[in-house]
Amino acid sequence: MAVSRLASSSSSSGSSLVKPISAALSFTSSLRRSLSSSADDSTTLTIETSLPFTSHNCDPPSRAVETSPKELMSFFREMALMRRMEIAADSLYKAKLIRGFCHLYDGQEAVAVGMEAAITKKDCIITAYRDHCTFLGRGGTLLEVFAELMGRQAGCSKGKGGSMHFYKKENGFYGGHGIVGAQIPLGCGLAFAQKYSKDETVTFASYGDGAANQGQLFEALNMAALWDLPAILVCENNHYGMGTAEWRAAKSPAYYKRGDYVPGLKVDGMDVLAVKQACKFAKEYALKNGPLILEMDTYRYHGHSMSDPGSTYRTRDEISGVRQERDPVERVRKLLTSHDIASEKELKDIEKEIRKAVDEAIAQAKESPMPEPSELFTNVYVKGYGVEMVGDRGATFQDGVTFLPKIYSRHL
Amino acid sequence: MATLLQGLGVASAFSASPSLDSKKLQLRSLSGRKAGIYVVRSDASLNLHTGAPKAGRLITNAVVAKGDSSAASTSSKPGHELLLFEALREGLEEEMERDPTVCVMGEDVGHYGGSYKVTKDLANKFGDLRVLDTPIAENSFTGMGIGAAMTGLRTVVEGMNMGFLLLAFDQISNNCGMLHYTSGGQFKIPIVIRGPGGVGRQLGAEHSQRLESYFQSIPGIQMVACSTPYNAKGLMKAAIRSKNPVILFEHVLLYNLKERIPDEEYVLSLEESEMVRPGEHVTILTYSRMRYHVMHAAKTLVNKGYDPEVIDIRSLKPFDLHTIGNSIKKTHRVLIVEECMRTGGIGASLTAAINENFHDYLDAPVVCLSSQDVPTPYAGPLEEWTVVQPAQIVTAVEKLCQ
Repeated sequence: MAVSRLASSSSSSGSSLVKPISAALSFTSSLRRSLSSSADDSTTLTIETSLPFTSHNCDPPSRAVETSPKELMSFFREMALMRRMEIAADSLYKAKLIRGFCHLYDGQEAVAVGMEAAITKKDCIITAYRDHCTFLGRGGTLLEVFAELMGRQAGCSKGKGGSMHFYKKENGFYGGHGIVGAQIPLGCGLAFAQKYSKDETVTFASYGDGAANQGQLFEALNMAALWDLPAILVCENNHYGMGTAEWRAAKSPAYYKRGDYVPGLKVDGMDVLAVKQACKFAKEYALKNGPLILEMDTYRYHGHSMSDPGSTYRTRDEISGVRQERDPVERVRKLLTSHDIASEKELKDIEKEIRKAVDEAIAQAKESPMPEPSELFTNVYVKGYGVEMVGDRGATFQDGVTFLPKIYSRHL
Repeated sequence: MATLLQGLGVASAFSASPSLDSKKLQLRSLSGRKAGIYVVRSDASLNLHTGAPKAGRLITNAVVAKGDSSAASTSSKPGHELLLFEALREGLEEEMERDPTVCVMGEDVGHYGGSYKVTKDLANKFGDLRVLDTPIAENSFTGMGIGAAMTGLRTVVEGMNMGFLLLAFDQISNNCGMLHYTSGGQFKIPIVIRGPGGVGRQLGAEHSQRLESYFQSIPGIQMVACSTPYNAKGLMKAAIRSKNPVILFEHVLLYNLKERIPDEEYVLSLEESEMVRPGEHVTILTYSRMRYHVMHAAKTLVNKGYDPEVIDIRSLKPFDLHTIGNSIKKTHRVLIVEECMRTGGIGASLTAAINENFHDYLDAPVVCLSSQDVPTPYAGPLEEWTVVQPAQIVTAVEKLCQ
């Protein structure tokens, strides 16, 4: 239940509506009234998160989050897009166009979107296999997503990675990893490189409540804390490690406290503004003090993957209950309509646009060809190896065996 | 720092002399062996050798224990003399000076100087961040090294013993080897993973493992094994400069080998093998410590009238089938001598590769001498029998050349 302190806004009629502001004026920071039209980014809204932050060994950030109508609209748009994309992927999987593993993120969109809002593309994000929406948030396109899922050339990894291997290096998205927990040491390595190069950027390494029991997490956390690496470990706690509920897998499901000497923050992961605030706080903290754990309390509507119906270990009532009370997209919709930033009809139109964009992307992706057979052998090694090879003939493939040329070694 | 154009012929000239030097020194260490010893052949049959001359003696010290300067060095020769671990350090140091993105991480590499002194004094010179002492957490610090390499840092991860890297197998296989492929070429992983392996002096089963056989199937990595100070430095430099992940296998017993290496800067090729001794009768393929056992056996073989061609394959993945192929086309007989286990080792793969590609050139089946498929025992004599001894090599060549 978002309680809002209204700065100012106007309906399409042009007159400013001022709602009564209660005595707790201390929440509002920069208030400006203007007669601007809706979705104007010069107005600042301060909205309180639905739940307070719970902290471990640190002072929690304030519940009041600064945002703007423009930002809220972008939140809605992005989350609705992610939602639509995942549902479309569901259909494609059932139509056998997507094979293998497909882990869907619907329900958890607020985490991806809120995180993006707090950071830049120079910061790094690394996550596990539930990566479609994070990839989109990092600047990936719908075409790249659907083409990769269907194994086509236009995919972000040229069709060779699949659902669990989305990457976008130039935008700081480091994947996309299939082995549970293995991305956490990688994430600390990214943070190490950031510290080494003195970039003043941070790394968000995401993992699930299932991965929170991996030993390498604690190994990596120890090193990150030892060397004050700017690493933020984000536990996306959707309460189920595949088919096992968290209370059956973890003696202590308070994942934000598990860092012990590393401070932690528990965040309502279905509230995009809370996520944004927490990530902003985390970035400032990590740059100064080293690692931090964020536990995002979130929920996935689908099963663990498309092969899991998701209803054998939880009740349908639970799923629909969360959908009714805590759905992230609905929350932002309510915020937008209650603050008169957009009307129901406008939002429905946006959703229609999104649906059309997704359908177009799928059609385009279906037209993209499968990779050429020669692509089987590309990108195994980086061409040119280490030392420059100068020879009278280049390397050839003959019946699957590499013949290397007679070479002179010459250092580069 | 003049650059050297190393032709294959020049490289072999350099490599021929040091191995002869170390061979001379090996013979000096032989003393008072009793006759009548059981020799366990690599095919697990027992032979009793009674009072046979040099061929029947188990060579327990087929590598130089301490640097012996009297025979090898003269001040008028160019270059400088050093031990293998110093050569590794020189290569590492030169690369760290040249490129500020090169950094080392591992257990006790910094303040302690490295458990085999390969990184001695580097922390004083380059600082704690570039020569990073890690906690004992192989899985995660290898993962960290890979993550840092994804951004462009050239990390050198040291496993204190290669056997410990089994804990990091997931990171090495999935992230190190495969990321370049699964990302469609977006990420390069210019990491070097190095460390000593192989059978040492009664170190026990867990500390005497040969990891090259476990790693060889991982797609996307390169594996090299160094055997002399000259190629150790050259391969270290090449591995660091390579854009691909490279696993550099060193050997516990070879760290104190002494050799004179050039003053000028040189980098060797990661994919090339080394012609140790050209010959006509049989091709002997080997790598790492077994090279010295082979060269010792070669001395005996030459006395008996054989002319073996000895190639140190150096590149374990991919195999330098060009050099190997040319040699087979000349000699038509192949003997592989390795320290890996019989089952699934480098020799097994090499045998398969040779049979596939050069079957028509072979006059006899490929013979592969490997270590026994047993955990390495602690007791001295038992440990000697797990690895291939020069006597077995001589017998195998004699049988092959009949």
